[in-house]
Amino acid sequence: MNITIDHILAGISIGGQYALIGIGYTMVYGILRLINFAHGDLFMIAGLIMVYASASLPFYISIPLVLIATVILGILIEKTAYKPLRSAPRMSVMISAIGVSYLLQNLALYITGGLPQVYPSIPWISNSVSIFGSTTKIVTLITPVIVIVLVVVLVLLIHKTKMGMAMRAVSKDFETSQLMGVKINNVIMYTFIIGSFLAAVGSLLYFSNYQSVIPTSGAMPGLKAFVAAVFGGIGSVPGVVVGAFIIGICENLIKSSTELSIFSDAFTFALLIVILCVKPTGLFGEKTQDKV
Amino acid sequence: MFKTNKNSLSTGKKAFRVADLIVILVIIALFIIADLFLPSYDIKAKILQKGAVFALIAVSMNLLNGFTGLFSLGQAGFMLLGAYTYAIFTIPTLENRVAVYKYYTTTAADGTVRGGLVQFALPIGIAIVLAGLVAAVFAFLIGLPILRLKSDYLAIATLGFAEIVRAICQWKGLGTLTNGSNQLRMYPYFKSILPYFLISFGCIALIALLINSTYGRAFKAIRDDEVAAEAMGINLAKHKMISFVISSFFAGVGGALFAMYQNTIQAKPFTTTLTYEILLIVVIGGIGSISGSIIASFLYISCSEWWLRFLDTDTVIPGVTRNGFRLVVFSVVIMIIVLFFRRGIMGDREFSTKRIYDWAKNLGKKTKGAGK
Amino acid sequence: MNNVLRLENITMQFGGVVAVDNFSMEVNEGEIVALIGPNGAGKTTAFNAITGVYEPTNGAIYFHDKLIIENYPKGKMKKLYAGSNRGKYTKSVVKTPDKITKLGMARTFQNIRLFKSMTVFENVITAKHLRRKSNLLTATLHLNFAEEKRMRRETMELLKLVGLEDVKDSMATSLPYGMQRKLEIARALATEPTLLLLDEPAAGMNPQETIELTEFINFIRKEFDLTILLIEHHMNLVMDISDRVYVIDFGKEIAQGVPAEVQANQKVIDAYLGASEEDE
Repeated sequence: MNITIDHILAGISIGGQYALIGIGYTMVYGILRLINFAHGDLFMIAGLIMVYASASLPFYISIPLVLIATVILGILIEKTAYKPLRSAPRMSVMISAIGVSYLLQNLALYITGGLPQVYPSIPWISNSVSIFGSTTKIVTLITPVIVIVLVVVLVLLIHKTKMGMAMRAVSKDFETSQLMGVKINNVIMYTFIIGSFLAAVGSLLYFSNYQSVIPTSGAMPGLKAFVAAVFGGIGSVPGVVVGAFIIGICENLIKSSTELSIFSDAFTFALLIVILCVKPTGLFGEKTQDKV
Repeated sequence: MFKTNKNSLSTGKKAFRVADLIVILVIIALFIIADLFLPSYDIKAKILQKGAVFALIAVSMNLLNGFTGLFSLGQAGFMLLGAYTYAIFTIPTLENRVAVYKYYTTTAADGTVRGGLVQFALPIGIAIVLAGLVAAVFAFLIGLPILRLKSDYLAIATLGFAEIVRAICQWKGLGTLTNGSNQLRMYPYFKSILPYFLISFGCIALIALLINSTYGRAFKAIRDDEVAAEAMGINLAKHKMISFVISSFFAGVGGALFAMYQNTIQAKPFTTTLTYEILLIVVIGGIGSISGSIIASFLYISCSEWWLRFLDTDTVIPGVTRNGFRLVVFSVVIMIIVLFFRRGIMGDREFSTKRIYDWAKNLGKKTKGAGK
Repeated sequence: MNNVLRLENITMQFGGVVAVDNFSMEVNEGEIVALIGPNGAGKTTAFNAITGVYEPTNGAIYFHDKLIIENYPKGKMKKLYAGSNRGKYTKSVVKTPDKITKLGMARTFQNIRLFKSMTVFENVITAKHLRRKSNLLTATLHLNFAEEKRMRRETMELLKLVGLEDVKDSMATSLPYGMQRKLEIARALATEPTLLLLDEPAAGMNPQETIELTEFINFIRKEFDLTILLIEHHMNLVMDISDRVYVIDFGKEIAQGVPAEVQANQKVIDAYLGASEEDE
């Protein structure tokens, strides 16, 4: 293994991006008990929107446009594909999420014609900089900072605002919260807004680094972000952040070895299986007993 | 009186059971005719072959997800294990092996070059069974820790397992066995339709027999209410494992057939998307219906390989229909089915001529009444 | 008289909540014993501990004088344990519900848990799977026709005995509530138990149905040579049918004895006063 500063910085950076995507997964699961398989593909679509928007619009318009469009798309998906199935068995909603994921990937394939799209270089964050003796892009350095700032804001939101309390209540007990007058639809919409927004930010950072968008760009980061959520304790925001950084760093350490690099993806899944067998509720999760 | 279950064969009149049998014989006859008269490169022949393979895999997935209620997304992994097992153990001559494993050859002291680790070839039949067994063994090993997980977690764990298998099969370290990320080829395959049909439907028949046995009832009980099933003396761990292992065995066999259909295989395309497609076939056909999975499989393959191809051509709606449009239409149709026709084509019931007769009779009654 | 079921100092604690507190009980062969108490007293929790659904925090359970469950607080529970007999049970023996059913204990549920996708007949014959002699191979290849025939015959006999043979092909969930309860009991009987646990069998029934249920329970006790332990709120049913009654409140036993004694017991009256008792 040749562990270099490059790898560690890359690991922290990608970890931060996984965290931004993963928060969407963990919050939606906490409230709806739904694994939103389409979330990773939403992230990819955000990347595509940026590619097309920045072709004709200046950055100070296209960046907000991407954020807004992604949020709208996230809400749209919730209203058309998940809301109608809210009273259906859990498998049905998950199959619906899989269907949406399939649809988004095929849409992307159709629109792009199968050719990888080149992501625009956003000024300043795409510039190279030299640090600790290695060259990297600025985006790699600011990602962890942005992530931590956003997470702190989010945690404050969850604990200090009325909507945040509503979200916590719903994730503890869906039905009772409804009976207590919590407007479920608003809570769910709010959750998807936050998740989609963070995924859009994540896509700005991720694709500034990787620079190429293909229809399957979202699948693997999405899955890994989900593993981070499970690892940290599904439903816990700090948990997914910790999990994401761990996964990002370990993944890049493995990539630094030439023989084992093919396992960089598999490592994440092996970690998943281990945590599910040892402590399924994750690092920060709570144990619940089912009533018979 | 109360709503009855028209599934139980005991309620079918004898005439209809004979009619069901005739339908099955007609289908067999159609396959034989197709086999004799269609050249093997004809698109219809290809669809019949691929449809048969996917029918088996869909039924195996339905056994696990639809009949036992275990939401598993690992089918692609077991297919891959079966496909690779078959290919690795059937490449016929040593020269072929050297050609296939050209990046993983070893040169012995006396100068002979060996391609890859395995230096013998098994007969096709045995290799197919071995393919299933290898998948079954892996299923047993992975099932021990993960089958007790709740449904959402089981889905992700099996999905993760499939990805791990895919990575292992591409790993250079095992290259002498798996040929790393290169294709496996030059193994024997069936050219005509009939072998695919016979093997696939033979396996499906076995699965159907299992589901109609006392074990099948135990599986359905687990699906309906695990707690009650356990209280009625059904050992959850044991029965879930039986369902998982058998489902994976047949997914492995299906994988071997798939390898034959493709003539060459690689690990890379066995992604979770493949599992999703199988899951969607199962949903379209009806979760809990074997005949539904078979029908949906042929429908799906026909649409994706043949019928809707015109949607990919520039001529139909210029500017709109081009490459990739077919898949978009397809995905939308699937979403419509998932949202509005959740029970799929067959719901949880099986095909029977009696039901068609009843349905036609009801239609007749309605039009008669309207005519008055 | 033979002892069928014996609970010794069973405690069931969830985190900080003690649902069942040092509860001991005996059920003898052929008896009908009732476990009563206000809502939330811990009755169903006790059932779940007996049938192996929950692992009791502490205590031992004997079935036909054989130890089937014995446990002591472990891990986090060691610190939280509120009981006093921690050291008494040192082994850990917990059988899973299916093994306990195999030993001869069957149960019904407070919220009826029938197999929704199955007919009446299928619900009952599924419970026959437990006593199979065939293995996976012979069953799959349908070589076990003698056994299948026996299972079908026994299921039909059972359905006839309980009066459900006319609706045998109806979907289980399409039956009226009273018949669904009967079906659940029939299904439990199909496992050939020696001890039957009924969790609020008369819940949701009107007085007429409750009388029929009383007769039914007496009938099956004789017909199948059963010992019965039941949880109930309908006092008429309890007093009519039980040989002995245990009363618990907040997880602790507050009285036990024959129905007449318990009815007159002041502690029992106090426990129920205030809790509005709806005679359904």
